[in-house]
This record gives sequence, structure tokens and C-alpha cells, in this order.
Amino acid sequence: MIIKGRVHKFGDDINTDDIISAKYLVSTDPKELGSRCMESIAPDFAKKAQPGDIIVAGSNFGCGSSREHAPLAIKGCGVRAVIAKSFAAIFFRNSINIGLPFLESQETDAIKDGDILEINLSSGIIKNLTQNITYKTAPFPKFLRDIVEDGGLMNYIKEKEKKHV
Amino acid sequence: MGYSIAEKILLAHTDLKGIKPGEFIEARIDLALGNDITAPIAIEEFKKAGFARVFDRSKVVLVPDHFAPAKDLRSANQCKILADFAKEQKLTNYFEVGCMGVEHALLPEVGLTMPGDLIIGADSHTCTYGALGCYSTGIGSTDLARAYVDGKIWLKVPHSVKFVYKGKLDKWVGGKDLILSTIGKIGVDGAIYKVMEFAGPVIKSLNMDDRFAMSNMAIEAGGRAGIIEPDAVTRKFVSQFKRKGIFYKSDEDALYEKTYEWDVTKLEPQVACPHLPSNVKGVSELDGVSIDQVVIGSCTNGRISDLRVAARIIKGKAVKAGVRLIVIPATQKIYSQCVKEGLAEIFVKAGGVFETPSCGPCLGGHMGILAEGEVALATTNRNFLGRMGSPKSFVYLSNPAVAAASAITGKITHPEKI
Repeated sequence: MIIKGRVHKFGDDINTDDIISAKYLVSTDPKELGSRCMESIAPDFAKKAQPGDIIVAGSNFGCGSSREHAPLAIKGCGVRAVIAKSFAAIFFRNSINIGLPFLESQETDAIKDGDILEINLSSGIIKNLTQNITYKTAPFPKFLRDIVEDGGLMNYIKEKEKKHV
Repeated sequence: MGYSIAEKILLAHTDLKGIKPGEFIEARIDLALGNDITAPIAIEEFKKAGFARVFDRSKVVLVPDHFAPAKDLRSANQCKILADFAKEQKLTNYFEVGCMGVEHALLPEVGLTMPGDLIIGADSHTCTYGALGCYSTGIGSTDLARAYVDGKIWLKVPHSVKFVYKGKLDKWVGGKDLILSTIGKIGVDGAIYKVMEFAGPVIKSLNMDDRFAMSNMAIEAGGRAGIIEPDAVTRKFVSQFKRKGIFYKSDEDALYEKTYEWDVTKLEPQVACPHLPSNVKGVSELDGVSIDQVVIGSCTNGRISDLRVAARIIKGKAVKAGVRLIVIPATQKIYSQCVKEGLAEIFVKAGGVFETPSCGPCLGGHMGILAEGEVALATTNRNFLGRMGSPKSFVYLSNPAVAAASAITGKITHPEKI
């Protein structure tokens, strides 16, 4: 799968309260959540985000609460993928489970706000089309790729159940 | 090579012959917790995927505690999704307002969390029960939906990191200070994907409430779990229940990615400053920081011993004029114990409020939201930007004694000064 889009740059330790404030957790609608995404730290982000855009951040992205509303909000505002130096564990599994693509890369400092990236999820290769540089990342382990390729955890489980029957 | 306690518990919940860190496993769970924020998505996903019955109606726990008692119409609708699902599935562990409490104080109190269990909860502070020597970890709503189907969870076996605490604790220092100090030293990503194992003579000397406070905040360092080897204190705690659990111990040759060893004899009460739980200073360094609100409660420090300490300091004194003191016992049982022991009256007479069990202001839900420019000192677990209200407010985190002392002076204060 190839994803091409414009970069929105964020720093280290972007927590789930930053991604979607608890006051909006009275909704489970990705579109509604998306309209409030990153509101406290980047009030214009949700308005500026275009379908296909990419979030690039530092370490420990998605730390804090288990709220799946966080990756849902990111998806809901049109963002197609997240690249960070590292991800907090619950955010990591939530993204896998709902099929929000993400990559771990140590090179995110070099990527600038507004750069255009092309990501190949199966090979883990990120092309920075603005800077004409390529970054390599480790592809997902097979177990996780299977979940993502089935379109998320519930589809994966349904497929598994079918095979058993 | 031997196994750590975490590895032993995980292995016991699979059909595998052995496991090692980094491996992906599918494990059987003993309990699946959801609340009024996370369970509605899980229930929706479960139904959308076409499943009809949960795998075990006694192992699916629902606690409406975050925005409950319902703070507005939309929260009421979310709570109703839980009530309806509990009824439809005939769940034996649904806790309606009236028997509800803050989930991570409630579940151990009713004997649902036992040593040796594998527990998942769609709430990041599910790591709290690690204090009992079980593997409990926060997961998301879709994980919960999947567990409803077959009682299983996918996990990447984490590496374990050991934290050994030596020395003798100061009178005003407890579990909350130990964990704040630890997070201050290793950072909010210092234990990312790791199991934190808390050990040493100081841990052995802690009561259960202090242990819960420590394990509760393992997630604030990125930890998947915060485990304390069960001992006589644990045994006494679980002796009140029918189920006793399995007491696992780490092997002597267990492999730890890292071991930290600290002498905590000179540790003073710790305070996490805005806007990260790792931004930790000793209380004496913050002497004089003015506050508008004090919150004593939450899944970290809303237990009976927390409220006893706070009441002892506040007794016969008055909350500083212009400061709001909000006390929230974490469960109904703690609430009535406070009434019985006269603690509730102490807080109210001093000019504080004594609220019904709820997560309340901890996550900026209700019952004590901060306005722009306001400063709070709370016994809760997170002080992220905007966590308790306005993105232009400030939250400091401390133990209950510091919080109580500070409510009286209106400034961050060492309890020995009261």
C-alpha cells in the first residue's frame, strides 16, 4: 500500500489528551472526533488537515490514556498515516486494531512541516519527495501485518472464526 | 534461563511450552474491563462484527465511572449503552451508580482481581492490579470487543525491568512519591513496552493502598504493567475473598533488561509539575506555589488510607479562603467508611466538598473543571496540558498529605509544616 501526503509536524510525548481532549469523549463518531483533533496544542490542525495527510512526530507518540478515540480522531480528520520515533504501547495496538497505518523511524527530525512524503507500507520505505531523500524503516512483523491486511482486529477474528467452522 | 513473574503469568495463560520477550502470543484472559468511555466502542464493534454472546458473562466487567453519574445527555446515552448490554448479556459484574466506584479501586475491593490473573481493561490505569501480583494491562476498545468474542488478547511479550527500593521511608513519603520519583528519573517513555517490577524491602513495607498507587502509575512511564511480587500483605488482602489466586515469584535467574536500585531514605514528598508526570521536584523546591484547587481522589489516591491521612492533617483547620478542596472517595465502600469514621465531616467542616465516587475532574470530565489560568494540586495521575479543564490551566500531582496541607495554606506545602 502506498500513501502520499503532506506532513504535519509534532514534537515528543504527544499524549492522547493532546490528540483528543476528554471533553469530546461523549462521541464515538470519527468525523466529529476528527474536527477536534489536536485542538489544545494546534488549534488550526483539524481545519488544515487534508485527506491523505501524514503526521510526523518525535518519541512516545500517543502516550497516556487507552482511548481508541485518539487514532479514530486522527483517521477522522483525514490523516492516512503517522510516522514517529516511537509509539506508546496502547496507541500502537489501537492503531493496528483499527487499521491506522504507522511507521517507526528515527529520522523524523529531518522531516519538515509541509514536506510531501510517499510511504510504502509493505517495504517500510519512506520517500521524502520535497527533500529528495529516502528513509528505511523496519517492516511490521508478520502477525501485525496479517491484522492490518485483514482490515483490523475484528475482521481478522472473523476470518479466523470462519476458518475454524 | 528463568522467568520473571510477568512471563510466568503470561505463559500460564497460553498453551505454549515457553515464551520469550519480543514474541507475539495469544493469551486467555481472566477479566475484561470496560467503562462508559471505552465500552461503547467495544460493544458497537462486537455487534457490528455480527457476534451475539460474550464468551463468559462473569468475566466481562462494565463500570460507568468516568462521566458518571451522567454529567450530561450524551454521557447518559453512553452509560445507557453499558446498562443495556449488561442486561442483554446477563452480565454478573455490571456496577450501576450506587454500587459503582472508580474502576481500579472497585475491582480489587470486590475481589475480581487476584494474584496470577491476566486482566485486560480498556483503560490505561488497568495496570493498578499489578500491585496484587497479577498481569493487568490497558488495552483499547477493539481489543475489548475481540476479548468479548473469544476471551483472548494478542500480546507482544514485554521485557521486564526491575526497580529495587532500599532504605527507610520518611513519615510523609509513600507509594505515590516512590512512583513519581521513579517516573522523574526514567521519563514518561522510560519503560515504554516494558513490565515494571517493583521490589526490595521498601516495597515489602508498603500497605496495599500504597502498592496500588505505585502500580497505577506504571503507565505514566510507558509501562505495560507494574507488578509487585505477592507476599504476606497480599495474602492478607485476598484472604477476605473466596478466590485466592496463584502466587507467582520471579526466578532468581530471571532475565531483566535493566535493574535500577535506589536508596530512598532521603526522599521527600514528590510533586509532578505541569505538564508531564515526569516533571518531578521535591515538595520543598515548590514551597509557595499558589493554588486554586485541591483534588483528593482518583484511582491513584482515593482509597481509605489516602483519605485518612488527608483528614488527619485537615482536622480542626480550615481550607484557605478562595481555595476549593474537592475530596472524592473512590468507591461506595470507602465513602461510607469515611462517613462512619467522621472523615467526611472533617472535610466538610473545613470548607471542602465531599463528592460521590467518580473519575470526575481527573480527566477533565466534571465536578471540578479548571478555568483559564487556574492552578490545581491533585492526587491524580496525569497533568498533561488541559487535562483537568482549560488548556491554559496547570496541574501539579502529589500524595494526599501534601494535597491536604496545601489546601489549608493555599500554597504547595510540606505536611510537616501544618
